[in-house]
Amino acid sequence: MSGEPLLSIKGLKVHFPISSGGLFGATRPLKAVDGIDFDVFPGETLGIVGESGSGKSTIGRAVLQLIKPTAGKVVWLGTDIAGFTRGQMKARRREMQIVFQDPLASLNPRMTAGDIIAEPLDTFEPQIKADERKARVQEMMAKVGLLPQMINRYPHEFSGGQNQRIGIARAMILKPKLIVADEPVSSLDVSIRAQIINLLADLQKEMGVALIFISHDLAVVRHVSHRVLVLYLGKVMEIAESQVLLSRPRHPYTQALLSAAPVPDPEVERGKKRLLIEGDLPSPLDPPSGCVFRTRCPKAQGQCGQDIPALEARGGAGDHLVACLFPD
Amino acid sequence: MTSVLSVKNLAVSFATPEGAVAAVDGVSFDVEKGECVGIVGESGSGKSQTFMAVMGLLATNGKATGSIKFQDQELVGMKIDKLNKIRGSKMCMIFQDPMTSLTPHLKISRQLTEVLVLHKGMSERDARAKAVQMLDRVKIPDAKRRLDQYPHEFSGGMRQRVMIAMALICEPQLLIADEPSTALDVTVQAQILELMQELRAQGDMSIVMITHDLGVVAGLCNRVMVMYAGAFCETAGVDEIFHDPQHPYTRGLVGSIPRLDRPGEERLTAIRGQPPNLQHLPKGCSFQERCDFVFERCIAERPALAPFAPERAKSCHLKDFDKEGKAIR
Repeated sequence: MSGEPLLSIKGLKVHFPISSGGLFGATRPLKAVDGIDFDVFPGETLGIVGESGSGKSTIGRAVLQLIKPTAGKVVWLGTDIAGFTRGQMKARRREMQIVFQDPLASLNPRMTAGDIIAEPLDTFEPQIKADERKARVQEMMAKVGLLPQMINRYPHEFSGGQNQRIGIARAMILKPKLIVADEPVSSLDVSIRAQIINLLADLQKEMGVALIFISHDLAVVRHVSHRVLVLYLGKVMEIAESQVLLSRPRHPYTQALLSAAPVPDPEVERGKKRLLIEGDLPSPLDPPSGCVFRTRCPKAQGQCGQDIPALEARGGAGDHLVACLFPD
Repeated sequence: MTSVLSVKNLAVSFATPEGAVAAVDGVSFDVEKGECVGIVGESGSGKSQTFMAVMGLLATNGKATGSIKFQDQELVGMKIDKLNKIRGSKMCMIFQDPMTSLTPHLKISRQLTEVLVLHKGMSERDARAKAVQMLDRVKIPDAKRRLDQYPHEFSGGMRQRVMIAMALICEPQLLIADEPSTALDVTVQAQILELMQELRAQGDMSIVMITHDLGVVAGLCNRVMVMYAGAFCETAGVDEIFHDPQHPYTRGLVGSIPRLDRPGEERLTAIRGQPPNLQHLPKGCSFQERCDFVFERCIAERPALAPFAPERAKSCHLKDFDKEGKAIR
């Protein structure tokens, strides 16, 4: 990727205070996101993959300032927007939008599809006339594969996949520069999932929007993304072009993730030697010292418990960064 | 081979304020001894309800008709106390969400040993020893100590292991697993699937794996049955399902999964439209509105599940597909 980044995240931290019990008990921080750097370039898709509790959704929300970052910079087109007030953020919101996981829960059940899709228009371009508003909504509906005559229907009259199309239309209608898609296909059936993945790819090609695609499913992320960022317990483990990450993963966690994902091919599955990692994700309240992955890592050594590995090229290509003391 | 489970013309319907909904529409199949069958389908396809009917666990507004024979005993219409002697000991089911299937205020020990004391008449002490043995078998470290813990002290993956241990403790002939790894993280899912594979290799227990994820059945099952709108649309050996699917729905499913092992792949072949409303199924084939190969006969007449090759059956009026993927009527 070349040129100026659209979005540049530097040292982002999001800590939530958690009560340690008792009414007046002290709080301790839950480090959901703990020091993360990455860039997003215009028109690209950056995939963020991680298991539950890795902080992937928190990153998405912190980018949009829906959660205030504890520390770090969120540089949007050259301006640090971390700590912006609601009023200051409002002007930026038309350039950055979000699509949520549960389509039905993220749509107001009392509003028609047309009103939901038009809501960003009403906020940012209240001066436009009713017939132009309708025309733009119907144009957007056609783009996401909804019939324009469905404009007066309510969310409950649509299926899950169609509701996700409404959510995408709402996010796209202002022609934003960036969309954060937080598990946009996870709640959908397999056959519908492919429709939505194809739709996002088509819209990106047509409108040149950048996407941050957040998912726990490595196969889906790999399929839609130009670059992939692997997250574990609030830290970036590895970031690389998706093709490179797939063929030459350097971090043991990425290798384990790749090996764990079931492949829909009996021959491949039967012949596969699974690189199983043991145990579960440690509690983010009490993360391991040093490298956060070391408690489950097959390659962990004494040094891993002391040094926090920085995200660096470590002898590889400049755009393939890995946070491991002993990468492949 | 001998059948452990033999289902004939099973129909499940639910009474709703809008009228009866046929969730399962007359399915017939056998599960042989020692085999692992994958049941694949999307939400609402009837895959879970078929086996809830087998276990006699349908909701109160649900009704099962037809015949379900477990080792030659008819389960449809069987008295509850007789049924209770079979389910939970000779056939067991594990569910998607391990937290909701464990009783939160009882120690694991009590939940594990209860079946042994009730079904097998074991003493508390023997039952405890057996429970420890089972936890070891599903690879829960430090089993002796963990036996006296409560469900909330276990992580998601460990809870699912406890559930599997609970299902296996009476050494059932049939294990029904309903999306056992769906609620788990990828790395933990891999651990559970590995465990299922080991269990399969160990004994002559039959396994039914219900899932929406074709990747899960690929490594585990020897036979796959694909469900759509309450009926089977294709049944075949696992290799045929993935390498030579014959029903347009199966072909669509296989093509719509992004694959990690095929880099540089372009577009997914999505299935258009959405699953039909079970209350208003069309007269002909239930897949007609989403099918790329639909012709007059599909609209007029519902295709029955019919064998077309050894060990293979499909419910489709098409004869075959040629090498370019063109349909032959």
